[in-house]
Amino acid sequence: MTKSELIEILANRFHNLPQGEVELAVKSLLEQMSNALSFGERIEIRGFGSFSLHYRPPRVGRNPKTGDSVELNSKYVPHFKPGKELRDRVNLSGGNAAED
Amino acid sequence: MALTKADLVETLLEETELNKHEAKELIDQFFEEVKSALESGSSVKLSGFGNFDLRDKKQRPGRNPKTGEEIPITARRVVTFKPGQKLKAKVEDYSDTHQN
Repeated sequence: MTKSELIEILANRFHNLPQGEVELAVKSLLEQMSNALSFGERIEIRGFGSFSLHYRPPRVGRNPKTGDSVELNSKYVPHFKPGKELRDRVNLSGGNAAED
Repeated sequence: MALTKADLVETLLEETELNKHEAKELIDQFFEEVKSALESGSSVKLSGFGNFDLRDKKQRPGRNPKTGEEIPITARRVVTFKPGQKLKAKVEDYSDTHQN
């Protein structure tokens, strides 16, 4: 499912809302969540999950083309931890996922 | 302080024409649609923000950390989040101002 498909599903469900408002709202939600993380703020959505930043220490990396080593600064990367409801729903529906 | 649904509602009231009831409903439905898609086995790709993917994990040996007793961790399906380029770049800016 893509963002435009999600917007379409929501627009159908909220067909009484003014045209374009659903799209505006979805974009606002994603923007708000991105902004929070870019300020180092956690996001907690009950039943869905939480987003936080994980610290990555500085390391020496390599330029894959030249093989030269490069010093990389420490950084933060976004991390998502699914909430219990999401974990359970996904796991039950994938019940016979053991095969591969 | 973490960003919660209540914060998302407040900002939607400022940025859209939705009233409080509509904003709440839309936000709940937004997360519900993402959960439903994942539950049905589809990944969710929100460009600019990131992708929610599914991974099938095989059974592996585990241990009860309290008793030391060996119990297998059963095969399961889990959700993983891969942040998009735009989100990663925004968070890198936070990293640049919080070097340690």
